[in-house]
Amino acid sequence: MMQYNRQINRDGELQHLLTVEGLPASMLHRILDAAESFVGVTEREVKKVPLLRGKAIFNLFFEPSTRTRTTFEIAAKRLSADVINLNIGASSQSKGETLLDTVNNLSAMHADMFIVRHAQSGAAHLIASHVAPEIHVINAGDGRHAHPTQALLDMYTIRHFKKNFNGLRVAIVGDIMHSRVARSQIHALTTLGVPEVRVIAPKTLLPKGVEHLGVHPYHDLSKGLKGVDVLLMLRLQNERMQGALLPSAQEYFKYYGLTPEKLALAKPDAIVMHPGPMNRGVEIDSSVADGPQSVILPQVTFGIAVRMAVMSILAGS
Amino acid sequence: MKIHIRKGRVVDPEARFDGITDLYIAAGKVVSLGEKPDDFQANQEIDASGLIVCPGLVDLSARLREPGFEYRATLESEMEAATAGGITSLACPPDTDPPLDEPGLVEMLKYRAKSLNQAHVFPVGALTQGLQGKNITEMAELRDAGCVAFSQAEMPIEDTLVLLRAMQYAATFDLPVWLRAQDASLSRIGVAHDGEVATRLGLPGIPTCAETIALAKILRLARETGARLHVCRISSSEGVDLVRKAKEQGLPLTCDVSMNHIHLSEMDIGFFDSNCHLVPPLRSLRDKEALRMGLKDGVIDAVCSDHTPVDDDAKLLPFAEAEAGATGVELLLPLVLKWAEETNIPLPIALSKITSRPSGILGIGCGHLSPGAAADICIFDPGCCWKVEPKSLKSQGKNTPFTGLELKGKVKYTLIGGHVVYKANHP
Repeated sequence: MMQYNRQINRDGELQHLLTVEGLPASMLHRILDAAESFVGVTEREVKKVPLLRGKAIFNLFFEPSTRTRTTFEIAAKRLSADVINLNIGASSQSKGETLLDTVNNLSAMHADMFIVRHAQSGAAHLIASHVAPEIHVINAGDGRHAHPTQALLDMYTIRHFKKNFNGLRVAIVGDIMHSRVARSQIHALTTLGVPEVRVIAPKTLLPKGVEHLGVHPYHDLSKGLKGVDVLLMLRLQNERMQGALLPSAQEYFKYYGLTPEKLALAKPDAIVMHPGPMNRGVEIDSSVADGPQSVILPQVTFGIAVRMAVMSILAGS
Repeated sequence: MKIHIRKGRVVDPEARFDGITDLYIAAGKVVSLGEKPDDFQANQEIDASGLIVCPGLVDLSARLREPGFEYRATLESEMEAATAGGITSLACPPDTDPPLDEPGLVEMLKYRAKSLNQAHVFPVGALTQGLQGKNITEMAELRDAGCVAFSQAEMPIEDTLVLLRAMQYAATFDLPVWLRAQDASLSRIGVAHDGEVATRLGLPGIPTCAETIALAKILRLARETGARLHVCRISSSEGVDLVRKAKEQGLPLTCDVSMNHIHLSEMDIGFFDSNCHLVPPLRSLRDKEALRMGLKDGVIDAVCSDHTPVDDDAKLLPFAEAEAGATGVELLLPLVLKWAEETNIPLPIALSKITSRPSGILGIGCGHLSPGAAADICIFDPGCCWKVEPKSLKSQGKNTPFTGLELKGKVKYTLIGGHVVYKANHP
């Protein structure tokens, strides 16, 4: 009755990347190691390797995105793949074509890999369970569920600056409830052996039973940030800034926004990360975002290497 | 037509009879149990040795998709599926298109169903016009047209004053009100139980309090108005407790649970199995256990199939977008037998949950096999194992969370009004 996790094939190889949940720590390290070798490529004068030459990679974005789509595109091109960008929101879905029909049509154009972003949780799983076995699916964000490459690039960044995961205290701050990034980060951090993961948010932005994911919930930012090594800030969507979840962006910033004073409660060498795009003055103060402890721009750079790593591992399996 | 059913184990929960004997049927009625009536010349003999002979099953919730949704299933296909599942009487909820809120529609459905000579169909009328929760329907007229009860199907009434008035009006004519307890606001965006699995999968949740808040309100209004209340498809442990307390306090209410909820929990959603997108949502393991116990100790009176045929196109979508519901009529008997076996429930008690008890709730006087009773009978092989798969189901809806599961218990014959309406093909 239970549908199994389709991303690992019978030989234990990565077939799709749909979620971080269920991936062994060794697999996560393998991806991070591969990413490390690609960081070198992205810094060379000729930023291209021929690993995916002749492969057709479809960027299937059912939800608007600039940053993620672009980094996937750059990553694929640096691996010498052919990249086709589709903004489905504007084409077939609006004509009533179903998700699987769209995918079947594109499969018929001999796609090798789909990079999928969709507003519904589980969309990438659905696609992965209906494509031919030689096609790989990368989830680039499905609803509130998962955004595995974002979490992996965050782990890469943490490993880069903190060397290892054992002994770290990590806090995820913001709208955990609606965040696919937070869910993937939680799975990645707990899998990689981070002993203490905290989630900090008002009760309206924490999903029920979040502690079952292996995290400690905090409602007071000052308490939650004490002694933390890594701060993972989350974006607060505009539509959630006022209504029944939060009264106003101002009050949110006052109690949950990261200011230099709040950051001072964390360890002196704590690093600050954000998946972007940032709302300056809502979840993070500009002086923190641009300050010495911010590693937000390195995250973006590493993001390309991590996506190259995932694509090359999938293409190799 | 005279039929002689030989050497079956006859189980009649209402008469507390359980023994191997012969059953004699004439002119559409049971004429004798055990003793052959004088000058009984059978036109047909059925050898029921090794089989169980029980009253035909009564299902309190089976959607036949007519009128309005004929592309998903037709009355023909679903009635045939029901009799293949041993069901001889069924109640259908009013959420058709248009909803069953006018006597003409109800008469048409009754007429269409009758012409098929299959299971008896008992329409449940809409409590409010168009199920909109604003204006009450012509309940007395609808009763005269054939409605046995009144409900809102899956559309909770938001306005408590309307709910109060609807229950008062129903009580005026002593008409049963069937309600599924779900608060409209708390369930508006949810698609799964607000718990561990929804949190993990990032699915919007429906909290348990959506059921308990609505249930407390409904119970209080039933006391206030004296309406005859039946609580449909309860889903939570706390909900079972509320019903238990209300019963202990002497409120004359009844309650049912869907067969899905006594076997499945939120865990079965796994990685977004849209077949587990059900209404009400599958809740926690603890809730499932409480439902199974509530059924055992009688707080829950009956099990329904909650049959909702959904086609593949409506299920091959991301979980939240997939249509809720699962096919059910052909699985009701084996799933109740499975529950009984797993919880050590004697067969007559298990069968009462799908025969005499729901018949009592419907007030239709069937569900037993005493002489004089209508010969609505189900004959099944309790040991026969079969696998749930699309080709083994007659319903046009092939989607069920139980696909691939081996179930025990297969209907061999279904009789309605003394006629064999279903006979299994294979021996």
